[in-house]
Amino acid sequence: MRAWAVIFLSVLVLASGTQRAGAVEPSEVLSDPALEERAREISQGLRCLVCQNQTIDDSNAGLAKDLRILVRERLMAGDSDQEVMAFITDRYGDFVLLKPPLKTGTLLLWFGPGAILLLGAGALARFYANRRRQESAGGDEAAKPLSETEKKRLQSLLKNGDNP
Amino acid sequence: MKWKFLLPAAIFAAVAVAFAVGLTLDSQRLPSALIDQPVPQFELPPIAAIDDGDPYGGGFSSRNLGGGVALVNVFASWCVPCRVEHPQLMSLARDHGVSIFGINQKDKPEDARAWLERHGDPYRAIGADNDGRVSIDWGVYGVPETFVVDAEGRIRYRHVGPIMERDLTGTLLSMTAELGP
Amino acid sequence: MIAELGHFALILAFVLALVQGSLPLAGAHRHAVGRDDGGWIAFAGPAALGQFVFIALAFVALTALFVGADFSVMVVAANANSQLPLIYKISAVWGHHEGSMVLWVLILALFGLCVAVFGSNLPATFRARALGVQGLISAGFLFFMLLTSNPFARLVPAPADGRDLNPLLQDPGLAFHPPFLYVGYVGFSMAFSFAIAALMEGRVDAAWARWVRPWTLAAWCALTLGIAMGSWWAYYELGWGGFWFWDPVENASLIPWLVGTALLHSAIVVEKRNALKSWTVLLAILAFSFSLIGTFLVRSGVLTSVHAFATDPARGVFILVLLVAVIGGSLVLYALRAPALTGGGLFAPVSREGTLLLNNLLMTAAAATVLLGTLYPLLLDAVGGPKVSVGPPFFNATFLPLMAPMVAVMAVGPFLSWKRGDLAGAFSRLYAVLGLAALVALAVWYFYRGGPVLALVALAAAAWLLFATLAEFADRLGLFCAPWRDSLERARRLPRAAYGMTLAHAGLALVIAGATGASLWREEHIQSSLPGDAVTVGGYEVILEGVRQVEGPNYLADQAQFTVRREGREVTLLEPEKRIYAVSAMPTTEAAIRTTGWGDLYVVLGDASEDDSGAWTTRMFFTPLVVWMWIGSLLMVAGGLLSLSDRRLRVGAPRRRKAKRTSDLEKETA
Repeated sequence: MRAWAVIFLSVLVLASGTQRAGAVEPSEVLSDPALEERAREISQGLRCLVCQNQTIDDSNAGLAKDLRILVRERLMAGDSDQEVMAFITDRYGDFVLLKPPLKTGTLLLWFGPGAILLLGAGALARFYANRRRQESAGGDEAAKPLSETEKKRLQSLLKNGDNP
Repeated sequence: MKWKFLLPAAIFAAVAVAFAVGLTLDSQRLPSALIDQPVPQFELPPIAAIDDGDPYGGGFSSRNLGGGVALVNVFASWCVPCRVEHPQLMSLARDHGVSIFGINQKDKPEDARAWLERHGDPYRAIGADNDGRVSIDWGVYGVPETFVVDAEGRIRYRHVGPIMERDLTGTLLSMTAELGP
Repeated sequence: MIAELGHFALILAFVLALVQGSLPLAGAHRHAVGRDDGGWIAFAGPAALGQFVFIALAFVALTALFVGADFSVMVVAANANSQLPLIYKISAVWGHHEGSMVLWVLILALFGLCVAVFGSNLPATFRARALGVQGLISAGFLFFMLLTSNPFARLVPAPADGRDLNPLLQDPGLAFHPPFLYVGYVGFSMAFSFAIAALMEGRVDAAWARWVRPWTLAAWCALTLGIAMGSWWAYYELGWGGFWFWDPVENASLIPWLVGTALLHSAIVVEKRNALKSWTVLLAILAFSFSLIGTFLVRSGVLTSVHAFATDPARGVFILVLLVAVIGGSLVLYALRAPALTGGGLFAPVSREGTLLLNNLLMTAAAATVLLGTLYPLLLDAVGGPKVSVGPPFFNATFLPLMAPMVAVMAVGPFLSWKRGDLAGAFSRLYAVLGLAALVALAVWYFYRGGPVLALVALAAAAWLLFATLAEFADRLGLFCAPWRDSLERARRLPRAAYGMTLAHAGLALVIAGATGASLWREEHIQSSLPGDAVTVGGYEVILEGVRQVEGPNYLADQAQFTVRREGREVTLLEPEKRIYAVSAMPTTEAAIRTTGWGDLYVVLGDASEDDSGAWTTRMFFTPLVVWMWIGSLLMVAGGLLSLSDRRLRVGAPRRRKAKRTSDLEKETA
């Protein structure tokens, strides 16, 4: 069961790469489509440092263009995707990665959502457990039989045709 | 049972503290990834010759760094803040005897020479980085940037943006003094 | 002169806000402890009216200054220009920090006024308290404006002409998306005030939920529309065809939207079953709190974003103080008073309330996740950690998996009854829907073999939601079961809120489908084109005819002509442009789009080639299903508006009797 969850989640993660073209110039496009595809994927994971919240794939800035060309050069030189990313992070630090790497500093980030969900689920479970305890202790108002005054009020309410 | 109701307030308090600290930080400046590492291997030619003249600046490489404290300053004639920091660089070179190496990024030779002629040349040597690749090796993302290199050829500090008066006296001079001659 | 009058109006509004924020609250407190309130409660309504009038005057004054291009006023000189078309002179009024704050307080005052006018059936002390809280918030913002962001500050000497409004903002879609967003953000302040008033009174009941819902629904509709407009603008203007970038300021609008949606649904449970009271009150506080946090993020400079206004740390400090006062104060009040809000109807986990609660949990977790990702770089930096950046890969990996179960449950929930639902019974009606969803998945697999698996999952989920929503609607009308005349009769008597729900849920399904197609099935072609070159994209043949220069009111542009053919026949002419605006010298790209139900053909003109070959960089995209996103958003807004018009939600005199009865009953059976 857990294996399926892992596979499902990894598929979601891997498959969620969006395809935005942005600022790539025709002269930059590599002739090998597989390499070009890899270049685009990598570029979409790198932040343009002189822009506000754009990838180097989307940005017109000079630095972005230089980095795009650099990525392609490294790929043509035979680097793997990780090696190209490492080349860039060696020079610019982890900040340039749009997907924060899993390190001690980012554990809270990556496990946070899951933890929040679990806490919420736990609170939910406790909520239902408390309610059930209340119910068995006879706390539910609706479970008690109606008193005479309540019965009379019920009659007049129904007669007035109020909808629930 | 009642303590759980304080949780939202507690979480907010933590966030507010983070915001307060955040206001004092500068979200724009990035720390260099190369601090305490040896300078990247590179070789830069001098600024190209114009017509039949001579090249300018001498060029320099990673071998020239180390052996003494030095500053490496990335500049260009098209960069407006470089003009603002130039007096401080002149002061550093002339009055304080600091060795400054210049990386001239993506500049036309005639523009660079005219700029240096007009505003002064504080550099011990200048290398022309025409395609920006050496700048990338230094992790440069904007112009101007200035690096402090120690006597063992290691990068110890990066200043992003123009060097203002207060940066001069505040950080750079004390750092160069500390790291020895 | 106008500027000084406007400034004075703001000062008067501030004084009135102080009055509105103090006397009614004090009066209500005296009333609560049994003393005579000395008529202080009566100040609430007139103060609200006066505050609104003066802020409106200030807003009109500012608009007049912009329309008249009075460059002696600093904000006009900084954001407008004599060549600016009139409509953008008007939208420039809120296109910058100071002016947008005036809009903010205007809407805040308007909502307060609406409560004063339309809330005559609310209990007097409750209304006084709600208006009092509104007044306090307003006073805080007006004080902030007068101290740090005076829109009427003069510029001496006045320049001959102003700088330009950012060319990106000179666009109808973007110019008018802030007002809708603000109605949304500020509208949640009503729910907030009502929540605080309820906590002060120490009582939350079904009547409270009924009062809160219309205001929250109105705010929600506006916020949905504002976010959709922003997204649509980004799609056609930014030249990339993307529509959501997980930018911090976009996230700052998504979080209140998620919390607001959770609030709307939670309030239903309070109204119907008198349960989840303290949770709903908390949501009401949080929705507006996140609006405030968004304001802080955009204007203080702690986060970098394409959207951020010019930042000023002094402003940041002030807003932070406001934040601590408003949010901190309200959450402390919540901690003190909420434990007393107990009781309420019990329900099983599998029931209508159970699914509403489960989706509340998922939406809140999603909001918390987006908040975590947005604030994480700041949090890590503040504790001295390394600088990291959190971008779309993180959000896609964490947000989408939360949405999937939510969509699945959304489809089933309406089929379950209150208190205890019959899951097997619900599913027996859903087998057909499941089959349809499977068919859709199969069709997707067939047509887009080799495409991402996520697309398959997402479209199947969207189909599941859409068909389940329609099935539930059909069920209610008894379609295919009862004679059609009966169905028609049922349709006539069906409350508008039911139509609203169907529309809104169906709209969401369309949005999901559109977003999936637009992001995962996008086809793109980048090339260097000469006149006569043809490119095949999305089943169209796009031929460049030529590029010429055209002149606009305040810009010069290179305009390309593309002939678009489909199966040999000419279909349309597309004319994308690259503009340079005269004053700011800023270039913008205007894409040309042909929209059909199946997808958009999107053509962009790039730069001219550097050599003299006369070639131009051209980019063509085919974005499938993207128009479904806009239609779906409009459906959601329509559904919300329809619900809003439901007579049962309108707070009129008969309601008071029912509300009183409910609360009387409560008191006696407690």
